[in-house]
Amino acid sequence: MSTQKSNLEILPRSVQIALAVGLIALAAFPFAGTEFYIQMVTRMMIMAIFAMSLDLLQGVTGLVSLGHAVYFGLAGYALAFLTPQGEALSLWWSLPVAVLASGLAALVIGFFVVRTQGIYFIMVTMAFAQMVFYLFFDNKVLGGSDGLYINFKPSAEVAGWVPFDLDNKLTLYYFTLGAMLLVYAFLRRLLWSPFGRALAGIRVNEHRMRAMGFGTIGYKLAAFALAGALAGLAGYLWGTQTGYINPELMGFHMSAHALMMVILGGMGNFAGAIVGAFAFEYVLHVFKDLPQLGSVNLGKHWQLWMGLFIVLVVTFAPRGLLGLLGRVKRLGKNKAVSHE
Amino acid sequence: MSEALLSAKNLTKRFGGLAAVNEVSVAIWRNQIHAVIGPNGAGKSTLTHLLSGDLPATSGTVTLGRRDVTGWSPEKISRQGLGRSYQKTNIFLPFSVWENVRLASQSRAPHASRWLSRAITFEAINARAERALELCGLQDRKNSIAGTISHGEQRQLEIAMTLATGPKVLLLDEPLAGMGALEAERMVALLQSIKKDHGILLIEHDMDAVFALADQLTVMVNGQVIASGTPAEIRADAGVQAAYLGEEQT
Amino acid sequence: MDLANFLIQLLNSVQYGLLLFMLAAGLTLIFGIMGVVNLAHGSFYMLGAYLAWSLSAQWGSLSLAIIGGAALSVLFGVVLEWLLFRHFYKRDHLDQVLLTFGLIYVFEELRSILWGDDVHGVAIPDLLSASIPLTDNLSYPVYRLFISGVCIALALGLYLLISKTRLGMKIRAGAFNRDMAESLGVNIKRIHAVVFAMGVALAAVAGMIAAPISSVYPNMGSQVLIMSFVVVVIGGIGSVRGALISAMLVGLVDTFGKVLLPQMAGMLVYMLMAAVLLWKPEGLFKQ
Repeated sequence: MSTQKSNLEILPRSVQIALAVGLIALAAFPFAGTEFYIQMVTRMMIMAIFAMSLDLLQGVTGLVSLGHAVYFGLAGYALAFLTPQGEALSLWWSLPVAVLASGLAALVIGFFVVRTQGIYFIMVTMAFAQMVFYLFFDNKVLGGSDGLYINFKPSAEVAGWVPFDLDNKLTLYYFTLGAMLLVYAFLRRLLWSPFGRALAGIRVNEHRMRAMGFGTIGYKLAAFALAGALAGLAGYLWGTQTGYINPELMGFHMSAHALMMVILGGMGNFAGAIVGAFAFEYVLHVFKDLPQLGSVNLGKHWQLWMGLFIVLVVTFAPRGLLGLLGRVKRLGKNKAVSHE
Repeated sequence: MSEALLSAKNLTKRFGGLAAVNEVSVAIWRNQIHAVIGPNGAGKSTLTHLLSGDLPATSGTVTLGRRDVTGWSPEKISRQGLGRSYQKTNIFLPFSVWENVRLASQSRAPHASRWLSRAITFEAINARAERALELCGLQDRKNSIAGTISHGEQRQLEIAMTLATGPKVLLLDEPLAGMGALEAERMVALLQSIKKDHGILLIEHDMDAVFALADQLTVMVNGQVIASGTPAEIRADAGVQAAYLGEEQT
Repeated sequence: MDLANFLIQLLNSVQYGLLLFMLAAGLTLIFGIMGVVNLAHGSFYMLGAYLAWSLSAQWGSLSLAIIGGAALSVLFGVVLEWLLFRHFYKRDHLDQVLLTFGLIYVFEELRSILWGDDVHGVAIPDLLSASIPLTDNLSYPVYRLFISGVCIALALGLYLLISKTRLGMKIRAGAFNRDMAESLGVNIKRIHAVVFAMGVALAAVAGMIAAPISSVYPNMGSQVLIMSFVVVVIGGIGSVRGALISAMLVGLVDTFGKVLLPQMAGMLVYMLMAAVLLWKPEGLFKQ
């Protein structure tokens, strides 16, 4: 459906260095930041995982899903349902179960959705997402419009020994950082595996892939399910951090935010998704925090600024920050594989 | 090898009331180049789409080896041993030349869905891709981006990708399209060299190339076969001369 | 279910379906002819509803408000197309999705700034406020019939426009082959502006005439947006006929579903969509 654009798959040296610096900064940050900002950055890292999962689908495979947040929210709901009333849940089995639940949901919905092409795909992912949204919104049994509370954070206890406590904001920060790095490493590996190469081929020219003998529907379904599972990981962490899950987390607004994050940073290499998630969350934070100007509370109208921001970015910088960097890099050099 | 590698019997494709392909039968044998010629709009490309599974036939059958592949999807037919190249260059423009053929070769790997190993370490896949590149003379352009190489080289890449899937039968739709004299010569030599061990259905307008390459000729006009035989027979056929060849022989 | 109840539900289905058609027709035309997906289409519906409320409050008459509102939305559509949308016809669907998503936010906030966040009612004009008695204690509101009537009239008008007028011919030519139409002298840019403005106006008028029964509230566009997308998917993108049949189908399934299977009510339409997609992945009447 999309054009035959390629992505900045091999990161130029400058970007690699910038990422390394960023990693060091993230590792050291808690020592310099206040609790408020530690929580904020934890949230950004959770969104980064969410954005990376979408990047697999969108940036690599070329499938634009407006319903990706469903799998994000479902894992959070799984955590909420699994957590008993009076005590904490074990992290070690609840995390895999929640991730699996999201992956399975993605497999089921994906089965209907991957046989559609182009604009249909966008519309049906949106429709199914809203279906799940209303399923939870309308049913008190599932929490209804009020959502569900998670009273106890998952416990890391193993046979009496508690290696770490997720209630501690610092611990949760590093746990999330570790998860984000693992997901990044996994996805980068995947990108260069035969499976990842096939997905990229599907994005560039699905017709030729089929003519060469690839069962593209199967590949797309696998990517869809995997992306859903990873979104579930992010959702589980969100539930762990905030202790609260509501249907809004599954709606198409949330999905569109994720799309924005991926596009903001630059698609197809997962580093862009991380950068985009941080940038998006930061911009959102800035807009919501705008001061009073005379009689008008600018922060209250954050949706207006956000909307204008999105419109401007899409109009003038559609391939995001890393894309701009890549273009600058290319001026003069003619490296074979570093291209946009 | 007493049976055809690929055979179509009474293939028909109707679009509404119009029969783009009308009761066409054609067979391709090993070590043979079977050319299909005819004026524009004769239905040659449509015939190719029917054979490769890109279009479903209205009636008739397609047999690949011993299997009836009528109505099969393109990927299934490809895996049965059919490869095709396109009239309009249909490659992966943003990828390198090497990645184009490597991906084509990967389509045949049994463990193609292994997720965590780096793709470039699969020896068998790489070997087949290398061979395809060598056959088509593109080894020197390995690292160039497919979108930046010349038109003639892109047409060569088309063929290389088709070869890299290791097919028994090749459907080549105007491989010489848009080529200059030198490039066309090279392509003809390439096709001569791959004739061995393959069966080739060739659609072409370049009559010099056709008569240099073809062992069998089928002439199509308005969706129907009006003549089929050896090049000498076709040349002598009055009906063909009237309908088509007359204008071409300059 | 007895006859009277059945009749009521049937009439409700038709009315709901026809309203959905007004939105779906615009969506499918805009996509079929210009290749643009527009998530902000629901915002036009909301715009119409708020216009109906504020204009009828100012001028004292709903009918005047609808006429005035329709004119304003056509103008709005023309400006929006010229300013923004026409630059996105050749862009990726992804870019279009994000652009129009950003617009949803912008429109919601503009609405909040212009008209506030309260819920409002719009009075049904006296002329149409009667009810037709069906049994001893059941009656059907005339206004709902009026809604259906207006939609049918507009649908007919749309059909006549597209199939019987020169403008319609140009629209169809432009949809079929843009370059050829241009070389034959059709002013494609104007056609696009006309089609876009028509889509906006249809959505806005739908919002206007529905306002008295649905009331006017923030974010009212989202529900109807999703439903119109479902209608377009089931009907087949680009097909107005498909949108009509699909809208009727969705109206029936949704309305009767809510009555007969209330626990599954919200899901039924999506199950319908899933079933259609399994059978025909490109909609019932793919162009």
